[in-house]
Amino acid sequence: MTENRDLDRPIIEIAGLSKRYGPITAVDSVDLTIRRGEFFALLGPSGCGKTTLLRMLAGLELPTEGTVRIDGQDVSMVPANRRPVNMVFQSYAVFPHMTVLENVAYGLKVDGVPKDEVRQRAEQALELVKLGGYGARRPDQLSGGQRQRVALARALVKRPKVLLLDEPLSALDAKLREQMRFELVNLQESVGITFVIVTHDQDEALSMADRIAVMNVGRVQQTAPPAELYEFPRTTFVADFIGSVNLIEGRVEASDPGRVTLSAPAVPVPIEIEQDARLPVGSTCWLALRPEKVDIAKQPPADAARNTVAGTVEEITYLGDASVFHVRVGPDHPLVKVTIANIDRVTGRPFTWGDRVHLSWTPTCGTVLAQ
Amino acid sequence: MAAPVGPLDYSRRLWVRLTLLVVFVFLYAPIATLIAFSFNDSRRNIVWQGFTLDYYGRAFRNADLIEAFANSLTIALFATVISIVLGALAAVLLWRFRFPARAGYEGAIALPIVIPEICMGVAMLVFFSRVGWPANLPWPFNLSAITIAHVSFCFPFVAVVVRARLEGFNRELAEAAQDLGATEWQVFRDVMIPFMRPGLVAGGMLAFTLSLDDFVITFFTSGPNTVTFPVKVYSMVRFSVTPEVNAASTILIVVTVVMTAAALWMQHRAGVKAEAAAR
Repeated sequence: MTENRDLDRPIIEIAGLSKRYGPITAVDSVDLTIRRGEFFALLGPSGCGKTTLLRMLAGLELPTEGTVRIDGQDVSMVPANRRPVNMVFQSYAVFPHMTVLENVAYGLKVDGVPKDEVRQRAEQALELVKLGGYGARRPDQLSGGQRQRVALARALVKRPKVLLLDEPLSALDAKLREQMRFELVNLQESVGITFVIVTHDQDEALSMADRIAVMNVGRVQQTAPPAELYEFPRTTFVADFIGSVNLIEGRVEASDPGRVTLSAPAVPVPIEIEQDARLPVGSTCWLALRPEKVDIAKQPPADAARNTVAGTVEEITYLGDASVFHVRVGPDHPLVKVTIANIDRVTGRPFTWGDRVHLSWTPTCGTVLAQ
Repeated sequence: MAAPVGPLDYSRRLWVRLTLLVVFVFLYAPIATLIAFSFNDSRRNIVWQGFTLDYYGRAFRNADLIEAFANSLTIALFATVISIVLGALAAVLLWRFRFPARAGYEGAIALPIVIPEICMGVAMLVFFSRVGWPANLPWPFNLSAITIAHVSFCFPFVAVVVRARLEGFNRELAEAAQDLGATEWQVFRDVMIPFMRPGLVAGGMLAFTLSLDDFVITFFTSGPNTVTFPVKVYSMVRFSVTPEVNAASTILIVVTVVMTAAALWMQHRAGVKAEAAAR
């Protein structure tokens, strides 16, 4: 019974964690739990504190405040060499004066594992990352992708409770990066170790992670699975950072269970969204609308009493698979983006510059955000 | 017909070749003369009389000269080892830690490089007589004063070379080792020292040659029983410049050139390796 309860327990529990460097707060009272066996991503723009947070998990930085528990044990002040986690560094940090096998064996050697076992486990780890037979090579004889695999094997060979990865794909070229995404996910599934990855690339996080924590200026904005993050962002920052979005500023007119009504200067009719927003009437809010969820037509929609606005096409961006129409709905309002998939390659684009168009959306398509 | 001289074909321009020739004559004519006259079969060593190896034989049979050479090698060896340790520690300290007046400290370490040797020599003389450093110790402890003086101007060279190399150190290497379970000492031994090694070797070679042929500072710190090779050569010159002096000097030149060439070559090889690793 106790064993079962242990397995239900999160592998990492972070509570009130802060890191300050003098007047600068890099990480600002973060609370986070990461589940056992999860592929977890810390996503945010550069300087948002995600790397500092990861380094505090590794023990390479010690927190100013708060606690880090790994597998139930408080390790907040435990140095890196005595934590049951291992890290893949952004520069890979493969030791240049050691062979590939020596690199992978290093962590076991300093732990005093018997020599035969060291060799056997190091070779297994190299097999795992598809570098079997490369053991005798020097790091300067390897490509960037191979060096990364060495770094992975070197970290995994110690059988850590959590594997930390700091921007692991940023140094690879585009094709290899896409391939490595799949390989990392497969690797994580096969070894069953919890992965925590830091990235600034939303595509990377969305395609690999089970759950994502979006960070900005030292704080976690939202933690959710990829689809929830995209469809139900909780702040304008998250809505804007993940994918493309139209943010329309407005005022709450009515907030009933399951339905919010807004008025927005940019939109002449009331906006109704099906959402349990529970926002105070009269407060400022934003409507977040994904460009692919807005309908665009030359005729006004059947229900012209709500959720619609007219405008003129001002710019068109051709992206191959889709086209983005930027529609001017008023002289002082930002352009509204509408994406249409280019399904048919014969019929040209349905609208052109200067066309008068009507935009509309259903009450289930947008999200109302208070901040 | 010869191809026209391109804009970067410097080696095919007459004035460039002439300049090169003049520079080399200017630099090496005295040394070439010194070496050539070490084979001169003449006591006075003013006019060329014929080829002989006699004076090399005589130099090797000169017990005082051999003792001085042994002293020089001993001092150089100890001074080098101590300089490497001190220099490496100073370099790591300056690279690794932040502390008040670090820039000043860094400049102060390089100061012995630029202080006039004669001043260093006088300072050492005054220092050792002021503290009453014992002079009549048995060999090799009688060389301790000279060794200490040599360390004081050799270790800054090691520190500067190693410090420059550490500038290119990827801190993630040390962090990776720590993350894999290494203690601070293990990180230093397994990651930092291998990285610093080319700098340590090059700095050590530099220290060795500097110590081996130092005259000014040694002159002020040596006593009658602690004569080094350059000081001995100087005292021989005071009697007369025989080819024996030339022979002894030639040997010193050869030793120094070989050591310096080895140091440069090692540095070059490390550079090539680092480049290959960066690719």
